Amino acid sequence: MSSATDIPPNQKARAMSRSLILGGMLAGIMLILALVSFVWTPFDHAVMNIPDKMQPPNAVHWLGTDHFGRDILSMVMVGARTSLAVACLSVGIGMSLGVPLGLAAAAMRGSWLDEMIMRGNDLVFAFPSLVIAILITAVFGPSAANAIIAIGIFNIPVFARVARGGSLSLWAREFILAARVAGKSRARISVEHILPNISNLLIVQGTIQFSLGILAEASLSYIGLGAQPPTPSWGRMLAEAQTMVSLAPHLAIVPGLAIILTVVGLNLLGDGLRDRFDPRLLEGRA
Amino acid sequence: MSLLDISGLSLSIGALPILRDVTLSIAAGEILAVTGESGSGKSMTALAVMRLLPQVAKTRGAIYLEETELCALSEDDMCRRRGRDIGMVFQEPMTALNPVMTIGAQVMETIQIHTDMTRAEAEVEAARVLTRVGLPPDRFALDRYPHELSGGQRQRVVIAMAIALRPKLLIADEPTTALDVTTQAQILDLLRDLVRETGMGLMIITHDLAVVAGLADRIVVMRNGEVVERGPTMSVLTHQRHPYTRMLFQASRHRVTLPAARQARSPLLEVRHAVRDYPTARPHLFAKHGRFRAVNDVSFTLHRGERLGLVGESGCGKSTLTRAILGLEGLQGGELLLNGQPLSQKRSPAERQAMQVVFQDPFGSFNPRHRVERLITEPFHSAADAPTGRNREDMVAQVLSDVGLRPEDAQKYPHQFSGGQRQRIAIARALITRPELILFDEAVSALDVSVRARILDLIADLCRAYGLTYLFISHDLSVVREICDRVLVMQNGEIVEDGPVAQVFAAPQHSYTRRLLAAAPVLPDMTAEDDTAGAPA
Repeated sequence: MSSATDIPPNQKARAMSRSLILGGMLAGIMLILALVSFVWTPFDHAVMNIPDKMQPPNAVHWLGTDHFGRDILSMVMVGARTSLAVACLSVGIGMSLGVPLGLAAAAMRGSWLDEMIMRGNDLVFAFPSLVIAILITAVFGPSAANAIIAIGIFNIPVFARVARGGSLSLWAREFILAARVAGKSRARISVEHILPNISNLLIVQGTIQFSLGILAEASLSYIGLGAQPPTPSWGRMLAEAQTMVSLAPHLAIVPGLAIILTVVGLNLLGDGLRDRFDPRLLEGRA
Repeated sequence: MSLLDISGLSLSIGALPILRDVTLSIAAGEILAVTGESGSGKSMTALAVMRLLPQVAKTRGAIYLEETELCALSEDDMCRRRGRDIGMVFQEPMTALNPVMTIGAQVMETIQIHTDMTRAEAEVEAARVLTRVGLPPDRFALDRYPHELSGGQRQRVVIAMAIALRPKLLIADEPTTALDVTTQAQILDLLRDLVRETGMGLMIITHDLAVVAGLADRIVVMRNGEVVERGPTMSVLTHQRHPYTRMLFQASRHRVTLPAARQARSPLLEVRHAVRDYPTARPHLFAKHGRFRAVNDVSFTLHRGERLGLVGESGCGKSTLTRAILGLEGLQGGELLLNGQPLSQKRSPAERQAMQVVFQDPFGSFNPRHRVERLITEPFHSAADAPTGRNREDMVAQVLSDVGLRPEDAQKYPHQFSGGQRQRIAIARALITRPELILFDEAVSALDVSVRARILDLIADLCRAYGLTYLFISHDLSVVREICDRVLVMQNGEIVEDGPVAQVFAAPQHSYTRRLLAAAPVLPDMTAEDDTAGAPA
């Protein structure tokens, strides 16, 4: 739903807060790096070049090379692709399953369906997510696909809860009553009236889950349960740099910074979006 | 020297001027009413005195409380005065009280902030103040929580907090707007007595001229941030020098010319022995749910062409009954008939189209993300023969002009309209299927008097054009009197009186109806040449 169309211009201007701009820039840079890596990287990220190994940043290799002589900038660029893809797909899984569940729970508030969905949520919440993700990838084999599924499962209850919470207050509003008087079914009201009005909440939660997904992917790769070599991944780059940190600190600093900047960027973006979509602002113009 | 002197107060937020050169004063022991419609700046004036304005607000001018210039005080000094020298009572008692603190603690808090009383002394003092406002501790223990009290009792607690330290000035911002009429009368009596007793000044902000007439010594009428008229109550009421004041008065006592009801009467909606229970919380873990009977054996018949009013105070069951008629909630007993056919909770499309509703809140009744065209055609949702294309556009244009809007408005979003215009859109939505029955659920309660007058006229016009049949649910007796032929009075889930409007208002049979009518503040009927009539009650 186009949320921008009905915001008066003065609020649009004021909504562009500093955190929104900075966060958008940081996240945008990472996205551009990932996209550019499909068509161009300075070097082939998989080609080893032992004579040039462990070079500090220089004119040829802007961010230096690793212990196999691979170009770190190229690896970071392709690694961004892995991180963003895993985070994106796991948020996608969480949203596409969690939001309908949350909408259904709110539409049937107090029914057995609501109880089942929400108690199922509690069950998933009760497990420490990263530990279970490790379990899943360990059982089904380490791969990016399994990491996506593992992280995605834990996104489901988050989105279900946000969707339900946002919907409940809307169900008491008079425009929903009016739609019910017109004979619209609960499912149709959920899609037509509720979903567009909670999209702001979902977008904000989405950016936060996205940054958590990047962290989770990095953690899984760090212990070898994420994307497998030769696919580069920020988490594994960090793990490989561990033993050589004193000799070539840039090996750890570069992927570490990439993770930090992306996560900080996404969090700032989430905060900025939250401010912009502040429910009180919405009330004011609603 | 008066108690409060505001001179040349101007206030702006950003580039938007809120107040322009407001000057007013209150003497000790005097009741000053500040009145005007929404957006007139009356609440902002009060907040300026309390220095509780939003941070971005820029003020000019001077506010003197006795000898002290309030605008020049530091925030710390101001904190020492708020609550001690100036008390404030807000509109909504539920949000003005902290739900997790007992009423005793909240009154004691004010006392302890400003005095060095011990806890025990403050408790005694709090009990004394609460007794004064009509909540004696033997019946209303200090350790009760706000949710255990009714709206009127909560407002008494808020007043107790405001007067605990005998402030010189009490500011009451719409103190009775959220209350029922019988409660309103009690709260106004209490405020009046407190002023007489303690000699404090009272600045009461209200949009309700009838309240003003019965209470205030002097009136200030505001409009768009400016004072347009001021003077002793009698003089303002009698002379009404400013056209805006005149307009306000006329709107408040607006007469609607309702066309005569059609003669041939067949029953349209029949409600027979309707019963609706709600489960209440279990008293303890293994007990059964208790039940609360919101609608108790209600029966009435609404004839085709009839305009029926349903009045009652909050909690009397009128909203529950409305929702049951609309099929939003089931009934535990009894039945509903439309045109002699029983209505189940699952309605057929034809039954749905035959019955439409206009809700109270002009801001909450539309999905903010849809355009007007889509909003008002929603009732066609389940219709098999919903108009399409050109037909549909014509229909939307027609219904928009019926309610006094322009056909171009179909492409706008609801936030581009004022409250009154939105209520017109709501009426358009109810009208578009040409329903047999319209339910107006407090449809004009949230509107300013002038807007309300125009909406009532619109309803009368539509009656003339389409011969509407409606059920008008309201807590406001004066509105029902104007817009209905017959009225039902509801109390505690039961209909206690049923009769033609003229008869019920002239000679109420039931004691509750009499109480309601007696409590409703009345605007005295006065004109310039008749200055003996209508001494304020």
